[in-house]
Amino acid sequence: MNTLLLVEQGLNGLQLGVMLFLMAAGLTLVFGIMDMINLAHGSFYMVGAYLTATFAPLLDSFVLGVLVALPLAALAGMAVEMVALRTLYRREHLDQVLATFGLILFFNELVRIVWGPQPIFLSPPAWLGGTVEIIPGVPYPAFRLAIIGVGLAVAGFLYLLITRTRTGMLIRAGASNREMLGALGVDVKRLYTLVFGLGAALAALAGAMAGPILAVQVGMGESVLILTFVVIVIGGLGSVRGALAGALLVGMADTMARALLPTLLRAVMPPSQADGMGASLASMTIYILMAAVLAWKPRGLFPAHA
Amino acid sequence: MPDFSKRETWAVLIGLAFLLALPPLADAMGKGFYVTLFTRILIFGLAAVSLDLILGYGGMVSFGHAAFVGIGAYTVGILSWHVFDASPVITWPLLIEGTENAFVVWPLAALMGGLFALVIGAVSLRTTGISFIMITLAFAQMLFYLAISLRKYGGEDGIALYDKSELVPALDLFDRTTFYYVCLAILAAFLMLCRRLVGSRFGMAVRGAKVNERRMKALGFPTYRYKLTAFVISGAAAGLSGALLANAAEFVGPAYMSWQRSGELIVMVVLGGMGSLFGPVLGAAAFLLLEEWLADLTEHWQIFLGPILLFVVVFARRGIWGVIAGPDRRER
Repeated sequence: MNTLLLVEQGLNGLQLGVMLFLMAAGLTLVFGIMDMINLAHGSFYMVGAYLTATFAPLLDSFVLGVLVALPLAALAGMAVEMVALRTLYRREHLDQVLATFGLILFFNELVRIVWGPQPIFLSPPAWLGGTVEIIPGVPYPAFRLAIIGVGLAVAGFLYLLITRTRTGMLIRAGASNREMLGALGVDVKRLYTLVFGLGAALAALAGAMAGPILAVQVGMGESVLILTFVVIVIGGLGSVRGALAGALLVGMADTMARALLPTLLRAVMPPSQADGMGASLASMTIYILMAAVLAWKPRGLFPAHA
Repeated sequence: MPDFSKRETWAVLIGLAFLLALPPLADAMGKGFYVTLFTRILIFGLAAVSLDLILGYGGMVSFGHAAFVGIGAYTVGILSWHVFDASPVITWPLLIEGTENAFVVWPLAALMGGLFALVIGAVSLRTTGISFIMITLAFAQMLFYLAISLRKYGGEDGIALYDKSELVPALDLFDRTTFYYVCLAILAAFLMLCRRLVGSRFGMAVRGAKVNERRMKALGFPTYRYKLTAFVISGAAAGLSGALLANAAEFVGPAYMSWQRSGELIVMVVLGGMGSLFGPVLGAAAFLLLEEWLADLTEHWQIFLGPILLFVVVFARRGIWGVIAGPDRRER
């Protein structure tokens, strides 16, 4: 156990954190504004990864691939909103859960038909393929640093968008009183569609960035979706600030537990037992974290409408 | 007393007669696999009814119900694995040996389901609405990963059961017809219990908390305790269904707890008719038959199943049972 390992794992945690934030921001915006729970959010993550993996080799550039994939994913999101979800805003949450569960089955099968059941490979851009020495003696993959950079940039962009622009003002207004917003002559329907497109694009960006690290495969959206739920519940539903705090907390806790628990347990028990127990404890860490936060603050750390 | 003037009573009697007659009919037609299929329907029906007890009557949208099914299944699986392995399950603080005695493992599966429901419910019920949905889902996912990490018990591959649970010597559970009737009897018994439960003072209090929790609290009902009790009963019944499922499939695996399973259970309840006792059984039948039929039709059957779900949610609010039993006079 040394400082270098801690720095490396800290960066890994930060990287997972910003990625979860990209997912959580879209999900929590849609929830905060439309009071809508969208399980199919993970599908946009998957679609983003698949589109990038298709276009990047075609255009011979990872960045161009992402730039083509994002608008397409946003369009897919807006189409889904207009066709399927628009009717569900005023329905119970249970109806929304069921309908979007149906959408997941649909999207997974669609991807399986188009791209086949085998995982496909997406390589990071060549100029980010190497490592960077952040502090002497700690080489760190440049691509993971790029993810952190992109994630933080998006967080800053969202902050400016929501607090400083007219669109952001409308988004905030829509979250607190949609009838009034409509009465003031704002096209609420269009606003909702746009927010949904934005959420889908953010999820697709997360998927595109995750593509070179994880395998691009059917169902990849589900595991990250459940992590995102934990993030949102910890952060407080409907709050973008909470999503950021929750994402960083979950990213750090998960990464640190996986790296440190087996080693710590080796101090008190035989290695084989320690590794097994450390692994299972580590995979449960964030859920225990969530239970602890909820026992303390049932509405999360930064509830949107406190 | 049954009221024979109502469509509901007739529907239940006809359904029961059909289920009783199914094994001999299927065998006579040479389609024995229907017995196996309907055994699965009965077992999932039991799980769906247990979910409806909290979902339909208590308004608690548990998105992690498959976890309790999985816990029940693993209880049977682990105890059976130790019989085969001839090693004790634990040696401390007391010695527990593996067993396949159904009178031990089935109640134990229900007990474990109930215990986990007590812990998960105690935390989850502090919240409502979407948070409750997400938290139950997250806890179920936690148990799913725990099951995967159980390397001793097969990890991701699960446990293949070499033997089924043993009831009394006269009842051979390997015989599919016998096992079918055992499942039917358990489901019928649980339905009767539920019928008493939802009509009781306790049941009324839980239903009242669904409609207006604040008012129930003002009336002096400790709604948290009532809801938690309902949650535990539901978890125990789901655990029992898991025990049956382990025996039906002769296999236990983490997939039993996957969140898709939890989603499917909700779909069964809504498809059949939320807030009715017999609806979820119909929903389980409809879902599994639809799955069977679509899978026969095309390899990519889920591309149809998804939109069908969407369609059912948007248009068919009271489910199949609502159509069969006719308009509910008490409703609105």
